[in-house]
Amino acid sequence: MRRPRLLYIPFWATLVFLYAPIAVLVVMSFNSGDSAYTFEGFSLKWYGVLAENERVLDGLVNTLIVAAGSTVLATVLGTLLAVGLARHTRSRSLDAVALMPAVLPDLVLAIGLLMFYGLVQFTLGVTSVILAHAVFSMAFVAAVVRTRLTGADPSLEEASRDLGAGPVTTFVRVTLPQLTPGIVAGALLAFTLSLDEFVIAFFTIGNLEQTLPIVIYSMVRFGVEPQINALGTLLLLVSFTAVIIGQRMTRIGEARAQD
Amino acid sequence: MTTSRGRHRLGALVFLAPGLTYIVVLVLVPLALVLSFTFFQRGRFGGVIYEFTTENFARAIDPLYLGVVGTSLKIAALTTLIALALGYPTAYLIARLPRRWKTIALIAIVLPFWTNFIIRMYAWIILLNGPGLVNSGFELFGLGPYELLYNQGAIVAGLLYSYLPLMVLPLYAAIEKLDPQLREASANLGASGFTTFRRVTLPLTLPGVLTGSMFVFVPSFANFVIPEMLGGGKTLMVGNLIRNEFLKARDWPFGSTLATALVAVLVLLLLAQAWAARRA
Repeated sequence: MRRPRLLYIPFWATLVFLYAPIAVLVVMSFNSGDSAYTFEGFSLKWYGVLAENERVLDGLVNTLIVAAGSTVLATVLGTLLAVGLARHTRSRSLDAVALMPAVLPDLVLAIGLLMFYGLVQFTLGVTSVILAHAVFSMAFVAAVVRTRLTGADPSLEEASRDLGAGPVTTFVRVTLPQLTPGIVAGALLAFTLSLDEFVIAFFTIGNLEQTLPIVIYSMVRFGVEPQINALGTLLLLVSFTAVIIGQRMTRIGEARAQD
Repeated sequence: MTTSRGRHRLGALVFLAPGLTYIVVLVLVPLALVLSFTFFQRGRFGGVIYEFTTENFARAIDPLYLGVVGTSLKIAALTTLIALALGYPTAYLIARLPRRWKTIALIAIVLPFWTNFIIRMYAWIILLNGPGLVNSGFELFGLGPYELLYNQGAIVAGLLYSYLPLMVLPLYAAIEKLDPQLREASANLGASGFTTFRRVTLPLTLPGVLTGSMFVFVPSFANFVIPEMLGGGKTLMVGNLIRNEFLKARDWPFGSTLATALVAVLVLLLLAQAWAARRA
């Protein structure tokens, strides 16, 4: 196919734009000096400083708890919702309602939840953030699982019912196995979204606890902090691995579906 | 027949009820709260007086706040335009790459998106700050140093960095679907490359352009973190106002009014987008 040469300029410009900041971050994380701008030599010093930062470690633990909790909740609710929407109703307005948490600006959802928690006097903390994150994660899981469902063959479920299986058996033995790649992809998406989420957590966690993005935010707000480079590099490593694993899994899923 | 339909209803209930209940309690009720609070008054000590008033709306159309809305629209629109200018040719090229490279290029575009948002913005502080890498680059040519950080340009750079992948993906999907024979036909009929692009490619990929533009515009318009971190708090956007009303002034009614205004602007844009997509 014809590829105009000229197009390579914006293409590479985009890639440089996307990766230059990341490259600087990774290089500077191995800096032996205190400066955030000049590289003085290789050292792992900032990783050491980071490892002793208890606020960061506490934040990390909270973030993992929030991500795990909201992912479990969102995956169960989102999968059920997707099956319900695809198999048990033709309502397009319900579709829109199910997608709403994903398209609503995070800030609006955040203040709405803050007010709601305030009025019902729900104590703010890790639990309130888990519930809040599950709101938008569920919408993403439902969307991903739905695309998988539209590809699935409903006659298999009909056959199962004709052979005398109840709805629960059919769901567990026929529908779920077909959906597994979609559910795994949805859960991974929910987990990564929660790990990175800042705005909603910032509004709904209260004053006593912090997630990692909030800790980072409060550290960098008042200036440059070299240990953030080390933390950023580690988080990059985690996200990149997760994305690549996710990619592999969907590819294996697709290959199986094609067999 | 009746039992089958009854079973079907039960199935609908079992599958739909948990998720929909969750959405009602944690999305619709909170949204209703935001809406209803626009009509209440702020109490003297940060509480809320539950008495009907339209005072919040009167306050919101103060030129001071309208100016902030104008700034937000300007910054979000500029970000969207640059994202389009960079994203369209990028998506076009990726759609024309061999299959293997296509996947790799797409992953490369999306990867930075999956890393911590705050840390990505922090990386921009290091890049743009006085003694940072960008100014070092300028210095090689005997230029600068410039004040690159804590201004609107830095905000646009940060927003662009955060949401560019959301522009490229829908554009890619639209361009990829395009039948190459249409372009060949146009060329065979004597149209120049540019005419073919303007009369064939662009109109057919317009839905992708509109979707990508919404994906970039909406989160840019409602952002408060980037104006704070890269704008140094000197430029206020609607998001900053809302954040301040809730977390600093503790004026929930006025904060709700601003949030409602924000949603109203976005809904208008969505309607305009749907209208444009239908005409395309």
